[in-house]
Order: sequence, then structure tokens, then C-alpha cells
Amino acid sequence: MFEGLGFALQAGQAMSLVGKNGAGKTSLLRAIAGFLRPQAGRILFEGEAGPLEPEEARSGALHMGGHTDGLKPNRTARAEFEFQARWTGADAAGMARARAALDLDALMDLEVRKLSAGQRRRLSLGRLIASPRPLWLLDEPLAPLDAGHRAGFGKLMAEHIAGGGLILAAVHDPLPIPTLTLELGR
Amino acid sequence: MKGFGILMKRELAVAWGRGGGPLVALAFNVCAVTLLPLAAGASLDKLKLLAPGFSWVALALASLLSLERLFERDYEDGALDVLALGPAPLELVAVAKCLAQWICVGLPLALFAPVALTALGADARLIPLTFVCAVIGGLGFAFVGGIGAAVSLGARSGGVLIAVIVLPLFTPLAIFGGGAIAGLAQGLDWTGGLMFLSAYTLLWVALGPFAMAWACRIALS
Repeated sequence: MFEGLGFALQAGQAMSLVGKNGAGKTSLLRAIAGFLRPQAGRILFEGEAGPLEPEEARSGALHMGGHTDGLKPNRTARAEFEFQARWTGADAAGMARARAALDLDALMDLEVRKLSAGQRRRLSLGRLIASPRPLWLLDEPLAPLDAGHRAGFGKLMAEHIAGGGLILAAVHDPLPIPTLTLELGR
Repeated sequence: MKGFGILMKRELAVAWGRGGGPLVALAFNVCAVTLLPLAAGASLDKLKLLAPGFSWVALALASLLSLERLFERDYEDGALDVLALGPAPLELVAVAKCLAQWICVGLPLALFAPVALTALGADARLIPLTFVCAVIGGLGFAFVGGIGAAVSLGARSGGVLIAVIVLPLFTPLAIFGGGAIAGLAQGLDWTGGLMFLSAYTLLWVALGPFAMAWACRIALS
């Protein structure tokens, strides 16, 4: 798919991953998240106190969002949001912050099947805000969002970066924040 | 065990609604048990002999019903990604799923098993053992079935595939469970059957989660 790829992402940096359909953007994200094993090469995580075991990073230091939302259609938005948030380590304050930041309060009592694609995406991205983990792996996170919410999530990404977070996002349209760019499949 | 409670709460809610949950499994069981006298004739003497074995076959088939979706839904909608990035390894996720399946489908079926047996004319003294065997066997059905569900992830017509993978592994459960009840009915020793049923169930409770997590990791890659 791709070879000879090498890059490092530092705290406080965002990187856009661009390339044609099938260039391997999603595969790279899934490899970093630990779902795919690269045929060759290494993926290393560095924590504040030195190297981080990959399992440790994956169970507590990274979020993977976008592409699929992972929501059950027959459950309420509240049940699904609270599960995803708590499962990834959120507390009540974090969940309140996410509800306010992503405008989720009006959705809470609805069944997920009744939500639009953009509403589902916001609900699922809620766990990124609710449970603070430094590395965000995003796969076309903004695709189903309307202009207002794109700007809103852009602001949240900017805050995440400003707070020392890292973002690696596979995108076709540029993100509303300044990013480095890595092009795959050239 | 961090997060296990959160996970269990979600899995119970999902299992309760999965494919109609306990109601469909119970309705299937009722239908199957009703069919036996219609097919084999309503002579009570004959039914009495068939009752323990047949009620076990019905139990095994009914517990297969909603297994197809045990991992499939989470795999399709991306929830398995979220589950894999949580505080607990996929092995523990598999345990939670199978326990929830057992509680939501296995236990209601176990409550109904003595009713089915009595309806087919078996003695009332078989009721306690039937219930105990169905509770233990149900745990075995859930963990063995979970392996089939995980291994067939991503396969088209996974439901049929699960049945083919899982039913051979159900055989010892049927032999020991049905055997213990039939043994008691005929005045023979039934403890051996119950012991073997428990041992076989424990084997899969111990090994199943590793097999399921392994299959899920392959499906996710």
C-alpha cells in the first residue's frame, strides 16, 4: 500500500493526511490505533515520562473517531454517548463539557436511529471532548457536519492542539485549523 | 476490571434488545416443544421418554437464535473499534458479551425448560435438575456460541456458518445435560452427567474469551 513512510508528530501539532481514495489513509490510522500490523516498520509512542507501551497508548492515550460512529440505532443518544464516554474514561464533568461544546443536549432523549448523519457524528465525537486523551486519530471527521458545526469542531481541535494535544486527520477538504500535511501515495 | 461495570450495563441493554432478545428465543422454544407431540403423536408414555432429550435440542437451537449478532452489529457499525480502545482488553469484552447473552437469553430459557419438560409429560421431580442443567448449559451455549459468532465475523450468511461451527461443540452439552436428566428420569445416576456438563462449560468459559478476542482482532485488521 505504502512504504518508506516516516514522520513524527509532536505535542501541540496537527497533521492532515491527504491522498487519493485507496492511498492508505485509513489503513495508516488503523495501524497507529493498533488494529493493523504493518508488514515492516515501527510505530512508537512517547509519553511525558518516556516511551509508552503501545497497549498503554491504545487503552488510554488515543481516540479514533470519524469514518464510523459506533452507535446502536435502537438505543437513546444519551445511553450511547454516556457509554462511549465512560468506556474511554470520561467523568461527569467531562461529559457535561462535551454536551455543551458539541451542542448535544437537544439530542439526548432521541433514539440514535432518528438522528441525522451529522448529529450522529457529533454524538460520537463527543467522547473525544468528554475523555481527555492526547492523540486524536480522525478519519474524515467533518464530512457529515454542517458549516456551523464544522467551525465549532474546528475550534475544539484548535483548543486541543493549544492544550498540547496531537491530531492526525485523514481529510479531503482542508481542516479549519493550521496543520502540517502528509501526502500518501505519490 | 476497570470499566467492566460500564461495559456490562451496556451489553445487558444491547442483549435484551438484540434480535427480539429473550422473547423470540422463548417463543421459538414454545413452538418447537409444541411441534413434538404434533409430529410424534400425543401418547404420553412416548412423550415422557422423549421429553428430556427433545427439550435439550430445543434449548440448544433456541440459544443459537440471536448469537449471529453478538459481535456482528458492533463490527459493522464501528462500535468494536471503540470497544478495542477502552480500558479492558477484548478478552474481557468477550466475557461481558457472553455473560449478557447468558443472562438475557440463557436464564429465561432455563426458567422455561422445566415448563417445557412438564408440558411434555415428564415427572415433576425432574424440575430442579432440569433447571440447574439448563442454567449451566446455557452458560456453555453462550460461550461456545460466542466463538462461532466471532469466528464468522465478516462472513456473508454468518448465521448458517455459526450453526455449523457451533453445533458440533454443543454435542457434549447435549449428551451430558440431556443424559443427566434422562438418568434421573430412569432412576440411574445423574451426578456424573451434571459434573461433566459443568466441567465442559467451565472449559469454554475459560478458553472461549481468548478465541473470541483473537477472532475479533483478525476481523478488525
